[in-house]
Parts: sequence; C-alpha cells; structure tokens
Amino acid sequence: MTRPKDYPLAETSPESVTGPRGKTLDALTMDAVAQGALGVEDIRITPETLARQAGVARAAGRGALAENFERAAEMTRLPEAEIMRIYELLRPGRAGSGAALAEVAERLESEFAAPRLAAFIRQAAVQYDRRNLYRQRF
Amino acid sequence: MDSNRWKRFDDWDARALRLDKFAAEDPENGFSAFAGKADPAPGLGLADGVVTAMDGVAAADFDMIDAFIAAHHIDPAIAEEAMAIPSTDLARMLVDINVPRTDLTRLARGLTPAKLAEVVAGLNAMEIAFAYSKMRARRTPGNQAHVTNAKDDPLQLAADAAVAVALGFDEIETTMRVARNSWSNALACCVGAAVGKPGTLFQCSSEEAEELEIGMAGFTSYAETVSVYGTESAFVDGDDTPWSKAWLAAAYASRGIKMRCTSGAASELLMGFHEAKSLLYLEARCLCLQRGMGAQGTQNGGIDGAPLASSMPGGVREIMAENLIAVWLDLECASGNDARHSESDMRVGAKILPYLIGGSDLICSGFGSILKYDNSFNPSSFNGEELEEYLVLQRDFEADGGLTSIEDAAALDIRRRAIDALAHVMKDLGLAETTEEMKRSVAVASGSRDTQSFSPGEVAVISDRIKGRGLTILDVIRSLDRGGFRAEAENLLFLVKLRVSGDYLQTSAVVRDGRVVSAVNDPNDYTGPGTGYRLTEARRKELAAIRDVLTREEVLRAEAAAEEGEARAVRYNDMGPARAGTDPGEVVVGLSPGFGTRIFRTLAGHRLSAVVRAIGAGVARGGGRMRVVRLRHTADTSFLGLSAARLSGSGIGIGLQAKGTAVIHQKDRLPHNNLELFSNAPITTLDHYEGMGFNAATYAAGGFPEPVVVPTNGEALGARFHARVALTYAIETAMTENGASPEEVRIEFVDQKT
Repeated sequence: MTRPKDYPLAETSPESVTGPRGKTLDALTMDAVAQGALGVEDIRITPETLARQAGVARAAGRGALAENFERAAEMTRLPEAEIMRIYELLRPGRAGSGAALAEVAERLESEFAAPRLAAFIRQAAVQYDRRNLYRQRF
Repeated sequence: MDSNRWKRFDDWDARALRLDKFAAEDPENGFSAFAGKADPAPGLGLADGVVTAMDGVAAADFDMIDAFIAAHHIDPAIAEEAMAIPSTDLARMLVDINVPRTDLTRLARGLTPAKLAEVVAGLNAMEIAFAYSKMRARRTPGNQAHVTNAKDDPLQLAADAAVAVALGFDEIETTMRVARNSWSNALACCVGAAVGKPGTLFQCSSEEAEELEIGMAGFTSYAETVSVYGTESAFVDGDDTPWSKAWLAAAYASRGIKMRCTSGAASELLMGFHEAKSLLYLEARCLCLQRGMGAQGTQNGGIDGAPLASSMPGGVREIMAENLIAVWLDLECASGNDARHSESDMRVGAKILPYLIGGSDLICSGFGSILKYDNSFNPSSFNGEELEEYLVLQRDFEADGGLTSIEDAAALDIRRRAIDALAHVMKDLGLAETTEEMKRSVAVASGSRDTQSFSPGEVAVISDRIKGRGLTILDVIRSLDRGGFRAEAENLLFLVKLRVSGDYLQTSAVVRDGRVVSAVNDPNDYTGPGTGYRLTEARRKELAAIRDVLTREEVLRAEAAAEEGEARAVRYNDMGPARAGTDPGEVVVGLSPGFGTRIFRTLAGHRLSAVVRAIGAGVARGGGRMRVVRLRHTADTSFLGLSAARLSGSGIGIGLQAKGTAVIHQKDRLPHNNLELFSNAPITTLDHYEGMGFNAATYAAGGFPEPVVVPTNGEALGARFHARVALTYAIETAMTENGASPEEVRIEFVDQKT
C-alpha cells in the first residue's frame, strides 16, 4: 500500500482545490460569506477533486471506493432532482420494464457525459430483468 | 411459609436480566448465529476473470445480491489465491501479529461471503476481539453520539449537541419523533455542534430522499442510514436494490458528504426473510455488498437487530464476528453498541469491553448522550444516565473510548452559548421567537421532561419554514456572524470546506484538532506490543481526570473541618505513661495515634468523642469501668486491642482506630485471633459501639455475651470507602513511633449534647 503524498488535499495543496466556480479553499473565508460573495455553488466538490480522491483511494488499495468516487464525479453534473428521479426509478417495481432504465442510461451518456453511470444502470437493468424486479409493488 | 421452590429462583426472577427473552437455537427458522440450516459451503468458480459460481450457487441462479457481489466485490485477480488458503490458516493470520493488516485486507477482496464467515467463525471471542483491534482501519479510536429529545425541541438539541462536542464525540446523529421536524433538528444540531471547536461531523437520520436533501443544503456532513440486507426478499421489502443503494452512495459523494452503509445481524429475521441462513452468513453478504458498492464504511454489529441476535446462543460473539468481517473488508466500522441489547447492566458492560479496550473507528454508532427517554432511536447501550460509568471504564482500563470528562460550570456555559446562538439564528431568520424562560429551563434541564420550551407542533412550523424558504448552511453562517457568534460561524464554515476538498470521504475519516484523520493518513499499523494506537501521557491524564477524585489533602481538609466541633466536645488529657491495671473489672480502650489528634470522625461519620462515650456507657452498663490509653507504637486494630488488653486488670481490652474499626481482645490470645471485631466501620452505629463496651465488660466479668453483629446489606464497602480508608490509615501509620510507650489519657467530655 502506498501512502498518497498529497493527502489530505486541504492541507498539502489547498490552492489546488477549487469549487465549481473556481474559488480555491483559501478563498472560502468568513468575510466572503458575510459579504454574500459565496453561493452554494462554491461549496460543492468538483469532478476533478473526486478524481483525485479516487486516486488516493486506489493507491491505498481501495479500488471499489475509487470506483464510487468516479461514479460520483460524473454525478456532480446531475441536478439534484435528476439524481432523485433516477434513484426512485432504481427502486424495486418503479421502472416497470428495462426500457425506462435503458432510456436513462442513454441520457446519462448523451446529456451528462456519464458513461460509468450509464454502464451501471445497464448492469442493473439486466439483473432487474433476471430477478423480476420490475414487478409492481404498490 | 411453605414453598416447593427454592426461593433463590424468585430472587433471580426479580432481576432485570429476566426481562430479557432468550430464544432456543432453531437453524431451520433462522435462529442460528453461526450455522444456519441453509448456509452454503464456501466456493468460487472463475472463468476468464468472470465469476461462474459462488458459495454453491451457479451464476445463472444468482439472486441480485450474489450478482452484485460477484460483479463488484470479488476481485478475480486475487480470488483464486485467497480462496485456496484453508480457513484455519486465514483465521490464524488474523490473530498473527506478524501478518500485516494490509496483507489480509488484500486477500479479503478475493473471498466469498461464506468463506469470510467460515474463517471468523473459527475464532473464539477473545481471538475475534484481538483480530478486530488489529484489523480496524484507523489507528485512533473514536465515538458517535445520539442527540435527540422527546419534544424535538431545537433549544435542547443545540445545548445537547454542544455538550456532545465537549465530551469528545467525533460524530453526532439526530432523528425526530415527528418526521416533518427533520429540518429543524438539522439546524439545531448543526448550530449546537459548532460550539466549542470545529469538525464534529453531523447527520440527520430521516427518509432517504429527505436526508439527501438536507445534506445538499449543507446542514449535515455525513449519512449512515443507507441500509442493506442479506436476502433478496428483505432487500426488496426495504424498498431498494443493491443498485439503488449504490446510486445513493455515489450521490452522497457527489455532494461531498461522507457516507457509510448500515447492516446488522438479524434484520432479515425481523423482516421475515431469513432463508434459513445464519446471522453471520447473511451479514457477510451484506458486508461484501457494501464494499462492492464503494461505501467507505459501515454501521455494523447487530444495530437494531442486536437484541434479537443476543437472544440466541453465541449471539454476542456473532455480533463481534460480523464487525471483524467489516474491518477485514477494510471498511470503516461504526461498531453498533447502540440499540441496548439487554435490560441487564452487566450484559451491557460485558459487551462493550472488547470494543473499549481494542478500540473501534466509532465504538458506539450511537452512544445516547441524552437520557433514555429522550433517545428517539430507542435507548442505547450507554445513555446520559450511564455516561460517567463509561468515563470510568476508560480510566479503569486506560483505554481510549473517545470521550473526555466535562466540568459542571463549563457544561452550563457551553449549553447557554449553544442556546443563545440558536435562539439568535431562529429570530434573525424569522423562524421563531425564544423567551428567556425557555432558554433558562433548557440550559439546566437534564432531559426534556424538565423543560418549558417549544412543543413538537411549534417545531413543525419552524421546520417547514426552513425547508420552504430553501435556507442553506450559508444563511446560517451569515446569521451567526451577524449575531456576534463569530467562532461558531467559523466552525460551521470549516465543515462546509470539508465537502469541497473531499478529504473526509476517505475511509474512517473524522476530524481531530481541525485536521482530517483517516485510514489514509492515520492507518492502523498494529503489529504487536508497542505499535498501533497508544495513549499519550497527556491523553492518559485526560482519561484519569474524572469528577470528584479523592486526594490526601482533601481528606485532611475534611478532618480539619471536623476538628473544630470535636475541640468543643472532648479533651484528651495526657496523664503520662500508662500503668498496668489491677482492677479486675476494668476494660482498657487503646486509641490509635491519630485518634482525636488528626482524625476526628469514623468512616460512618460519627464524632470520635461520641464513639468513646458510647463504649464507656456500654462498659458501665456491663458493670465495668473504662480506662483509656493512647497507643503510638502501632495503628493496627489487632495490636491496639492486644496492647490494651495487656494493660488491663481484667485482661480485656478494646482496640479503636480513628476510622472506627474496633476489636475486643484478651491478653493471652494471638494478635489476629480476637474476641469480637467490627471490621465494617462505615456501617457501624453508636449502638454497636455501646454493645461492644457492654460485651467487653461482660467478658471481663467472666461471662459469655452474644457477640455484637453489624448487619450488612451487601454494600460494596470497599468501593465506597477504601480510597478514604487507605488515605486515613496512612496518616495514622505515619504517626507511629517504634517503641513508643502507652500513655494514660483522661477523657473529658465538654459538650454533653453530642
């Protein structure tokens, strides 16, 4: 196991960590908050930072955790409502058939540049079909 | 009364233990900790890097859990090597200090659920505890608190959250009595947890979608209610699949929120879908699933199923075993010890011990920092009531359970600060008005039954306003700053910045002294004595510093306070060297060196003058005469008594220590073979001393009195008094002088009202 040298990012290279609008960690100050110069968009993690954290996890021997961070990196591009809509669709009995999930996978690729999430949804669709998880429950 | 039952069984029936219901082993019906009727033998088929069969099931027959584990947990590059190692060998590697943790976490990525279960089942409870301590991910142990109350009162939540931070909890979890109060609870706890220091992580356990929404608004910094189950039917009844849960896992990470899953023994049994499989095997499935999903950690170890698991033979060992699988899979483990598994304090104390001495990422995944009735999750193993017992256990074993004592005055200051901060925010943001009376009642209240504060209905209005106006953590930070709560605003901003860097998304991350500490930069490197987590001297002193500790100075101070009263009550007039008596009716009382000179009360609190007077009265009632001598060559009761007896014309003497221990002795007996002894000074009454005087006079007259027996109710007198006894007695022994001769003492009672 290698110990990633740049972890924790906030300590080793705060200038290299930014929010989605480019503000660095050092720019997230009380004064900036008080003056209203910061919005919720500035306090979100970026796909780049998640990719770096995936690298940290992988170097520490945690490949599955890294893959989750990589899915999450793609998911930063999805609005909250979309995340919740797809979550709901993944619950048992909601999608009705594989077609709904296939359509989601399609859009994840085309609209959100999220190939990992798309593949993940397609894998789910295969298993939902095998295990009859499309059946209505209420 | 006639009875055909040994009445001890009635005594046993009356113990709290007997409120626990124990269940017979029944592997066909899911009641088996380790050996379910349908548990499969371990096995794995691989072809071209793809799993073709696992634990006796062909890929074509995989249920959704098998399929997910095969696709996301099993690492084909390692599986062949790992599965080929005999289970007993793996079990031995787990407890071998020469096998590094990382070798084992690597192998775990190639092991199937049945194999993992088989290996840990081969360890006894002590081996499991040891292996757990070696295998847990982060070196420094930590703890998590529940902060809830029966009214969902935000003022109390803020005050209690602040106290939990001061106690040292790394994480705080809240939930609601009324579901729609979630936003109010989140606001209250996050403001309260910002008092004192930055970095205590906070979660609000609510419905999946709402919890994520609250997290996205910035109020919470972690989540742990993403539950998984070990059978497909239970999973579907929980209204999720491995893919929907994994989607949530990524969703939390995408918003920079720390997340762990939850699973625990017997949840499938409670939900009615156990498939005749053992608790451990089903948990092994859950845990492989969680690793496969990419969760950094798990809340695991019975959890809500702990009481049911513990009703079975080996149930508690199973809970330990599943926790071991969790850390072997390299997951952060918030190791249960939350839902109270027994009404017996002794069972609870026994269960916590391995975690306390071995450490855990979060020893309790919900230590009830509030009173039992205020815990909206249900009572925990430890609660506000028992918190000091936990602090003492840390001190006893010099084991870091993550907590630190707080002082009276500091606790109240912290509570007031949290209440003021939240009251300001609620007023400033137009959520609610708080009166001084409400604040005062909450600040001092131990629990919600003592508060005059918001009702659950009023809280619902506050909660709806927060949600309805789309308030975020930035609004709260700004408001705190406006109100002059700059430190709290800074502390909340610190939490917000955590989510931008994502450092705390890594395995086992908590914040200590303003820095993220995780399995990455603080890995558990235990390889035997002298390695792994060790207490620093500073931390050891913190653990030792519990409330109300006795010192020699304190004993002397208390005695000095009693001295004044005694000075008015009695005078011990020194009459020169004591002579051997000739009066056959006399009883000589030998006083210890510190008696009435440095020590003035017995352990029972009697003034020493009153004790001497009672003995004298007894001697007189028995027809004898008391003569008092001061002995300075010894402070030992037996030798005091024997020395007194040898000076006595009757051959009968009484030895009397300042702490109240007394003995009747006869001049020809061996030192430790006395006539009567009052060894339990703390429960010896003046009547007993009077009786001792009477009996001594009776012996002197050649009679055979009924010995005076001091009845005990089984009090742990050693625990109550021995610290004081040792300090008091050391004061006396330090006063002894070798070869000092007995001195005659004329007692003069001044104040007759004693």
